[in-house]
Amino acid sequence: MTRKIALLLIIGVLFLPFLPLLVWSFAEGWYFPQLVPQWTMQNWSTLLTTSAKVGQGFWQSLVIAAISTGLALLVGLPAGRALGLSDFPGKGAVKLFLLLPIIVSPLATLMGIQFILIRLGLSGTIMGVVLVHLLSTIPYMTLVLSSVYANFDSDYEIQARSLGASSVQVLQQITLPLIAPGVVVGALFAFLISWNEFLLTFFVGSGRVFTLPMVLFTSLQSGNTGLTAAIAITSLLPALIFLLFSSRALDNNTAIGGLGNV
Amino acid sequence: MSVTSTNRSFWHRAWHRTALSRYWPTYLRLLPAVAVVAVLFGGGLLLAFGQSIGLIGITNDGALSLAAYRQVLSSRSFWQSLNLSLYIAIVATTLSTVLSVGLAMLLQRAGRWASFACQLTLPIPHLVGIAGILLLLSPSGLISRVLLSLGAIASDQDFPLLVNDRHSVGVLIHFVWKEVPFMTLILLAVLKGIRPELGMQARALGAKPWQCFWHVTLPLLKPGIISASLIVFGFVFGSFEVPFLLGATAPKTLPVLVYQAFTDVDLNQRTVAIALGLILSFTSLSLIAIYLWLGSGKPFRRDMDRSAK
Repeated sequence: MTRKIALLLIIGVLFLPFLPLLVWSFAEGWYFPQLVPQWTMQNWSTLLTTSAKVGQGFWQSLVIAAISTGLALLVGLPAGRALGLSDFPGKGAVKLFLLLPIIVSPLATLMGIQFILIRLGLSGTIMGVVLVHLLSTIPYMTLVLSSVYANFDSDYEIQARSLGASSVQVLQQITLPLIAPGVVVGALFAFLISWNEFLLTFFVGSGRVFTLPMVLFTSLQSGNTGLTAAIAITSLLPALIFLLFSSRALDNNTAIGGLGNV
Repeated sequence: MSVTSTNRSFWHRAWHRTALSRYWPTYLRLLPAVAVVAVLFGGGLLLAFGQSIGLIGITNDGALSLAAYRQVLSSRSFWQSLNLSLYIAIVATTLSTVLSVGLAMLLQRAGRWASFACQLTLPIPHLVGIAGILLLLSPSGLISRVLLSLGAIASDQDFPLLVNDRHSVGVLIHFVWKEVPFMTLILLAVLKGIRPELGMQARALGAKPWQCFWHVTLPLLKPGIISASLIVFGFVFGSFEVPFLLGATAPKTLPVLVYQAFTDVDLNQRTVAIALGLILSFTSLSLIAIYLWLGSGKPFRRDMDRSAK
């Protein structure tokens, strides 16, 4: 019983910061010390106008997150297989190396990359931002996929091959269906990481790539609290979808366990 | 003729003795990921280094110069920032680790709804958390309003300063709020892999619950704790937006100092920004190395050891 009460308290505290955001997004001039504001839909209708840049930011975030997730999958799948299914000299070192971009501050790297991106004409473009987002999506993707593969029995593949299946057929009919749930978790993770990314976009986007976190950051500093709250809630949309999915997928402990075994 | 053939068989045998010959399909699979990270991360670092010592760049003449490093290391604000960054990273990581070990133990035998609810802050962008915490904890925030209406405080002046404060309380609260669910999720996954028989056996042999936790569960949880706290420490130490928006105006954390130098109107400050950024990376790299060395003895061997068992 005490256990349950303690848990409910913890969950309540975790929820707490969302409460003022929710109220503020429907509030009109909620001055101190009012406990209940004057309700309005004004913030949400401002959100939909083009001047709020939210629509554009939403779209850019979506494109960037989708492309960087796709690219991370492309390099993460083979790497995850290697790390999950085989043992080889230098495995620990490779894992640690792949993790470096998320444990070492990317600031110096970003300023170095920016130097090249300017010369390539990629600074302040969507492609440039996608490229640096790989710095954080690839490590997470590889780790998640490596533990997905660690729980994958490659004997199924051997059996299918011995029964005459081609390697393409094996991939399509055996491997992909078996690893699909874990791949979904990895992809969701990578998508969210890119969607939530602020610093990388901030440095490489040069103020021209304006993803949703950039819109939120600008709004936070401008002082229109109601609109800021509405933007903040809007940027939670993929996270909510993620939670919806993850109620099943995060139970997939094998996928998340990868992060606990660095 | 015979010389070349012995030569060839020598190289042949030498090749077969290398790891590459046995493991090349595995290494080939790793190549794309490793190459992308090497080019982006390693390449970026090298370019940054080149700029910081004046070899490449917009404003300098290509002559080697350590002026940027000299300027950074001799400035008082750098050392203050380093202190502050270390303080925040160490305190936030320690608090998060202790709390998430506790929460993971609590959740272990609770229903799935609880694990799910505790993962709530995991996919939330940091900026949203910052906005929420500002509106909750600032002197005119929700908690202050509630306390005022309850008569606990007479005005917003009585409410303790919890955001943008000198002790970075707001920053620490944000990191704990955001990172505890992340660490708990990892630890729970590790906990579920621990065989319950081990604990039962310890209890059967007369161990008290806390002894069982301290001598059985915690050691088995250690690799998970090390990995999770490593990721959190590295992240917190290099985080920009949280101390920028929730921290005090002075002193600033290192990443905020980097940003300030990078966006300075004086372009010469860019070299300083890059030198600062490299010092930041180097500091976290060395701390991580020390931590891994202290934490597991042979961090690079763990996987091989486990598979050998």
